Amino acid sequence: MRTEHLIPVENLCSQYNIEFSFIDSLHEFGLVQLTKVEESRYIFPEQILELERMIRLHYELDINIEGIDAISHLLQRVDQLQDELRILKNRLNRYEPG
Amino acid sequence: MDYIDYYKILELDKGASIADVKKAYRRLARKYHPDLNPNDKTAKGKFQQINEANEVLSDPEKRKKYDKYGQDWKHAEEFERAGEQRAPYQRSQGRQSRAEDFSENDFSDFFESMFGGAPGGSRRGQSKFRGQDFNAELQLTLADVFKTHKRTLTVNGRNIRLTIPAGVENGQTIKISGHGGAGVNGGPNGDLYITFSVENHSKFKREGDNLHTHVDLDIYTAVLGGEITVDTFDGMVKLQVKPETQNGTKVKLRGKGFPVYKKEGEFGDLYLIYKILVPVNLSAKEKELFRELSKNHKHEN
Repeated sequence: MRTEHLIPVENLCSQYNIEFSFIDSLHEFGLVQLTKVEESRYIFPEQILELERMIRLHYELDINIEGIDAISHLLQRVDQLQDELRILKNRLNRYEPG
Repeated sequence: MDYIDYYKILELDKGASIADVKKAYRRLARKYHPDLNPNDKTAKGKFQQINEANEVLSDPEKRKKYDKYGQDWKHAEEFERAGEQRAPYQRSQGRQSRAEDFSENDFSDFFESMFGGAPGGSRRGQSKFRGQDFNAELQLTLADVFKTHKRTLTVNGRNIRLTIPAGVENGQTIKISGHGGAGVNGGPNGDLYITFSVENHSKFKREGDNLHTHVDLDIYTAVLGGEITVDTFDGMVKLQVKPETQNGTKVKLRGKGFPVYKKEGEFGDLYLIYKILVPVNLSAKEKELFRELSKNHKHEN
């Protein structure tokens, strides 16, 4: 597999100053997807934003992995509900403009 | 600039210990952290206040100065001149919010007046931070978002060439990665979030991918049927009206609605609602014919 678009987990840990075990636990919980290429572990760039949020939840707010898992599900739900609300507001505007 | 009561913000009394401050900060941060309150500006503002209060009350030197001069902050300068050598700023807490959520511009004037600017420091030594995310709003019309088009925006002095896909909805936000604020200590740039405000000045009402409009129909075509020409969003089409069409009848023109977002070539439907117009300014002859029709109608019933 080509690795030029992947981010080595080792670099990530050093950049954010976090332990590998934390990323590994997130991986075990299915919260991030890691891929192994020639004994090195990599993460896909599109997951970085989500990973940064989990780092903040854990290191800034002392939330454990189980808590992060629950929060991730709830935030997805909030996102869906906000989308639904936007669509309903637009629909309501048809009848009550302004 | 008003005095800010940091004790009140953290819901503490003046005798609170450093441990109490930390505990209160953690409790309130969990409640108002931007990661847990997406798109909630009130929570973000509250979190900034909590962070600022924590910066001051968890640092013994800052807290001493605040307790002594807080209410009378204008004299804080004299306090500085009195020989207190302020040590370079160091965060007393292990970790703080990222630059994205809490940039230096987010500290209050009160804080900057007393403590000379936003705190430096970082989560852990010289950690790299993502830059601040930027939010922008782009005003478009319904006609603008009927077709995919390119547009050049200027955000913070930088020109960004942007492709706006057809079918974007009012209130929808898209992310342009890496076009936010510059990273700190070599960290990656933040992202740019653009929210579309789509104004509709047309006679078509939009509901998702479908469009709705009223079509005036003369009474003769409504009764006898016939061919009419109607406006759709991208031109005129010919349409057969069935005989004896009632007022308020709704017809669907499949595929004549709005483009489906990010599905090239797919369109919603156009719904037409007939509004039958009763003729006015009738001639004597027309009135006579209507009377005859009316008599005939009563007779047959």
